Amino acid sequence: MKSPKSPSTRCATPAKRKPLAKQPADEPILRLFVAGATARSSEAIMRVRQLCETELQGRCNLEVIDIYQQPASARDNQIVATPTLIIEFPLPLRRFIGNLTNITGLFVGLNLDKGAKLIV
Amino acid sequence: MKTKTIGRKPATPSTQLPKSPTGIQGLDEITGGGLPRGRPTLVCGGAGCGKTLLATEFLVRGAVLFNEPGVLMAFEETEKELSANVASLGFDLEGLVRRKRIVVDYVHVERSEVQESGEYDLEGLFVRLGHAIDSIGAKRVVLDTLEVLFSSLPNEAVLRSELRRLFRWLKEKGVTAVITAERGRESLTRHGLEEYVSDCVILLDHRVNDQIATRHLRVVKYRGALHGTNEFPFLIGDDGISVLPITSLALNHQVSTERIATGIPRLDAMLGGKGFFRGSSILLTGTAGTGKTIISCNLAQAAAARGERVLFFSFEESPNQIIRNMHSIGLQLEPLVKRGLLRFHSQRPSLCGLEMHLATMFREIADFKPHVVIVDPITSLMDLGTASEGKGMVTRLIDYLKAGQITSLFTSLTQGGHVLQQSEAGMSSLMDAWILLQDYEGNGERNRVLYVLKARGMKHSNQIREFLISDHGIDVVDAYIGASGVLTGSARVAQGDLEKAAVLASQQEAAQLKREVERKRKALERQITDLRADYETEALELRRIAEQVGTRTLLLGTERAASGLLRQADIKVAVASQGKRRNGSGAR
Repeated sequence: MKSPKSPSTRCATPAKRKPLAKQPADEPILRLFVAGATARSSEAIMRVRQLCETELQGRCNLEVIDIYQQPASARDNQIVATPTLIIEFPLPLRRFIGNLTNITGLFVGLNLDKGAKLIV
Repeated sequence: MKTKTIGRKPATPSTQLPKSPTGIQGLDEITGGGLPRGRPTLVCGGAGCGKTLLATEFLVRGAVLFNEPGVLMAFEETEKELSANVASLGFDLEGLVRRKRIVVDYVHVERSEVQESGEYDLEGLFVRLGHAIDSIGAKRVVLDTLEVLFSSLPNEAVLRSELRRLFRWLKEKGVTAVITAERGRESLTRHGLEEYVSDCVILLDHRVNDQIATRHLRVVKYRGALHGTNEFPFLIGDDGISVLPITSLALNHQVSTERIATGIPRLDAMLGGKGFFRGSSILLTGTAGTGKTIISCNLAQAAAARGERVLFFSFEESPNQIIRNMHSIGLQLEPLVKRGLLRFHSQRPSLCGLEMHLATMFREIADFKPHVVIVDPITSLMDLGTASEGKGMVTRLIDYLKAGQITSLFTSLTQGGHVLQQSEAGMSSLMDAWILLQDYEGNGERNRVLYVLKARGMKHSNQIREFLISDHGIDVVDAYIGASGVLTGSARVAQGDLEKAAVLASQQEAAQLKREVERKRKALERQITDLRADYETEALELRRIAEQVGTRTLLLGTERAASGLLRQADIKVAVASQGKRRNGSGAR
């Protein structure tokens, strides 16, 4: 199943990611794995984008991967459930499974205060 | 490799479910050809009963033997661990992965890392599995152990609905899947996976009886196909799993009318003159020291001399010891061993369980392909398990040997006394021929006798024969029957001497009689000669007298005539009266 939307999601991120990748390694690295353009996928993508833009003020390295198009990446990243958001940095590595309706855990994972300030 | 379909064949093979042969020894026989093709099979059992191994073997054999590539989705062990685990069974998992016959995908979900943050599904798993299947065109899939997901993912409801979807998806994919699961307390699996997999359920079990652990396998359910319902022992040997079915073997093996000599001519003579049938099972029972091993070795040597291969399972003596001992009675086994016609396999019975022994024996037999198998003694093996287990084992062994037309000789050590025939009753029904060796005590000595208790399908001697073990092997000698039964040993020799003496005496008597008759005849002849001599003397005398009388009469006549002339008497009257007087004198 090909998602018509997934290419656009992937295209959207590199523009933001490229310059950020050169930034010091203290900014969060996020990877979102989705399976096609389901409602759940788009919800997850929307929420994580929102988070990046509002809470992290764009200072985040986000990659959205459609496992239908890159099935090998699912194996490499040990993806079982979708959507899965992996916070690779800051450590420890965390996996958030689901469409990110409940993101309180995510704040802890990203060391974010409720007041949306980066503590690191 | 086509598995032998020794088992019962369904009446209507055309309507039978398509099956995927597992290539696992015995399992295909129980299931009538393998696991249901294109459907999931659940393999459940407790810890350490061989679930992963069974599943892995299914994959490996599929890839190697049936050209069906497979995907192994491992939830518990990494690829490296799995490869190392199965390498000991001779499976080259790494090589198969390299040659793209098998894909191993290790699925690992670290519970501490995972946090639920909304709705999700297991599409990731599907994609991985689908990708793996498509990458090599897999026909077989193993999920080992899916239940790990229950402990690593928080939402059981989601998991259950996704598992249901997974099994449906696997069916749609048309892959033959094996899903392993831990055994639950009251249900087949801990998390009730059996409700999703309904086509075939195999239960494995590992029990300890009398300190000996045995694994068992049972096909709980096999929708749409006949299957063996019993619990079958199985083992994990050097070459994987082998299930040892008893009941799947039907009694329909080929039989031979060829006869093979025992190496003891007189014993052959007792068996209708030709020895045993090829492919028959022979039981040799006897108390300690009655010569069971010696007779076995004679058979072995005779077979090897014909150029046949003989496999000798010894559970009491080491090969070297047997060779040395047989040397003392003139049996040279070592050259036969060197020529590869005779192979010994010596093991202590207590080394491992009954099943393990059986599997070892099966493997040795399959490897060496002997014409004759000797088990010395079978009783030490049977002591390892219960009576029924022991009998089951012998049954399977005999069935296996008969299927291959291998002649088998089992020696059995009995306790002595008259109950021995009863104690062997269970085993004897499986045997085609039964030779009993016994000790005869008496006269201050102990002698060995043998007799044929039964020999199916041939005329056999009903005689008890004594046999001697000498420097040049076994010598069966004639039995002497005395007033108190069979005479053996010195009593037999004494009886022999007595009989010889009796014959001598009668011979002497006859000679004596002959001499007597001769003597009598000679005496009579002598008498006859004497009588004849007497008679001849008499006759001579008579003649002489008659002549004398004649002469005298003549003289008288002449004298009278002369005197008549002198006296001038009438001559004619005188002559006439002279004739009368002559007559009178003849009557005197």
